[in-house]
Amino acid sequence: MSHKSMISIGPFHPLQEEAEFFQLYLDGERVVDVDVRISYTHRGIEKLDESKTFDQVPFVVERVCGICSASHPLAYIQAVEEIAHVKVPERALYLRTIVNELARIHSHLLWVGLAGHFLGYNTVFMWAWKYREPTMEALEIATGSRVNYANCKIGGVRRDITDEHLKMIDRLVTGTRGDIEMLTGAVIDDPVLHARLKGVGVLSKADAYAYGACGPTGRGSGMPIDVRRDDPYAAYDRLDWNMFVEETGDVFAKAKIRLLEVLESIKIIKQAVHDIPGGEIDAKVENIPAGEAIGHVEAPRGETFHYVRSDGSNYPVRHKIRAPSYNNVPTFKASCIGADISDVAITLASVDPCYSCTERMCTAVDAESGKEMFDFAQLVKLSQEKTERIRKQI
Amino acid sequence: MSEFVAESQTPSPLEGYVGEILSALGDAVFAVEQCDERRGFARIDPARTVEVARKMFVMDGARFVTATGLDVRDGIDVLYHWAFEPAGVVVTLKALAAGPDITLDSIANDVPAANWIEREMHDLLGVNFPNHPDMRRLILDDSWPEGVYPLRKDFDQIKDRPPLPAIPPAPEEDLI
Repeated sequence: MSHKSMISIGPFHPLQEEAEFFQLYLDGERVVDVDVRISYTHRGIEKLDESKTFDQVPFVVERVCGICSASHPLAYIQAVEEIAHVKVPERALYLRTIVNELARIHSHLLWVGLAGHFLGYNTVFMWAWKYREPTMEALEIATGSRVNYANCKIGGVRRDITDEHLKMIDRLVTGTRGDIEMLTGAVIDDPVLHARLKGVGVLSKADAYAYGACGPTGRGSGMPIDVRRDDPYAAYDRLDWNMFVEETGDVFAKAKIRLLEVLESIKIIKQAVHDIPGGEIDAKVENIPAGEAIGHVEAPRGETFHYVRSDGSNYPVRHKIRAPSYNNVPTFKASCIGADISDVAITLASVDPCYSCTERMCTAVDAESGKEMFDFAQLVKLSQEKTERIRKQI
Repeated sequence: MSEFVAESQTPSPLEGYVGEILSALGDAVFAVEQCDERRGFARIDPARTVEVARKMFVMDGARFVTATGLDVRDGIDVLYHWAFEPAGVVVTLKALAAGPDITLDSIANDVPAANWIEREMHDLLGVNFPNHPDMRRLILDDSWPEGVYPLRKDFDQIKDRPPLPAIPPAPEEDLI
């Protein structure tokens, strides 16, 4: 194995939005081992939460991740509500559903755009981000903000949506449905993408279970799991929607699932906007008794898991956060080994790795020196060149 | 240091889906703290974590979610969270890593999903996991001092913060 070379990706590079450090060990053009180092921007949120009151924590945890900022507070709040035995009003459950589904649409479309860019399909990138914009507007109408919605609170939601605004949200998501159907069709039927993505970065069902994969990464590998269906929260058990599972485990399956889920989210929002009952949006919560509970929510990337323990005081004794990428990123060990170097960029991207939520302390940069160094930009270029080759062949 | 909360002493009957899971673990379960339709909390024998993890791992629909380390009076409590789909059940198994060794057998050889979280608990809480396949630091920087565990209750974020690694001084002529 004298010709083994090593490629370091990260930890800091202008093209990567956040810091993560991958080392690929290569034999020729084939990946033989992968090592991931995380935690370059760990912020110590779990420790911080122990010094915040129960009511303050939701605003801290929604800053775990800018994209999953609807699901982290909800998971925490559900755990606290279980400890305090709170009955949340119906209207609040529907409002939570609407905001969480809007967040799913914008997260999935953001991923589709980035994946398109990694493959050299910059038109897909432009389209996806354009069609994401009405969703961001709808989120602003619903919560007053495009990111960090501060929507949920213990016992309900903080802000009601008026009937007029509900109609606007309905109009906005209905307006994008046609565009997203067109984009989905264009991606699913494209022969170049079939050739480029099928059989690439395969994560087998056994590996998916072994690494505890969740969300579209797990569903793409034949794991029929979705917290919204299995352990219903908010108003998901009152609405009609489908879960998509693909057995192949390749990048194409994950892309297809995300696109179909966007359309399903639109369906959920339209039903929720139509069926939403009137009434209170907030139950009064007097105090949080001693106890412990878990709360989990299907975030766009998979299951967000929170554990909260209370000792009867105003502050949580322990608050554990497990973001979906924490389980999805180690699956690279199974999906990248044996892959061609030009497939690595899209395989890494296919789990939609979220750096900020996987990392929660501040450290300095660990610089590798004296090693053969490629960077992520070059890997993306390799990936785009491979797509170009396939396009010419077809 | 915050006081450890005493759990309710009334044992829960082993009923339903959660009851079946917990009974399958046999006498490795010391006490069942909660057993209802979708949630289970039970305390297990800390010497038998690997045996329990192997049994859980092969159960139908079982998925290792994560583990939580919790600083308590007698040591570190490690809570293994297992989800079962499509039942929507989450079972939490608690094993106490008692002081002063604070050691539990590593389950990462049998459950790959536990690899990172055991490294994290080793970094932040000082739980030792012998036989772990790859016990390098995951969260803490290499310059962080040994034996300082930031997620423990006696660690003060301001007073106990270790000094930053030394930065070489700037050349004299650059200073104004």
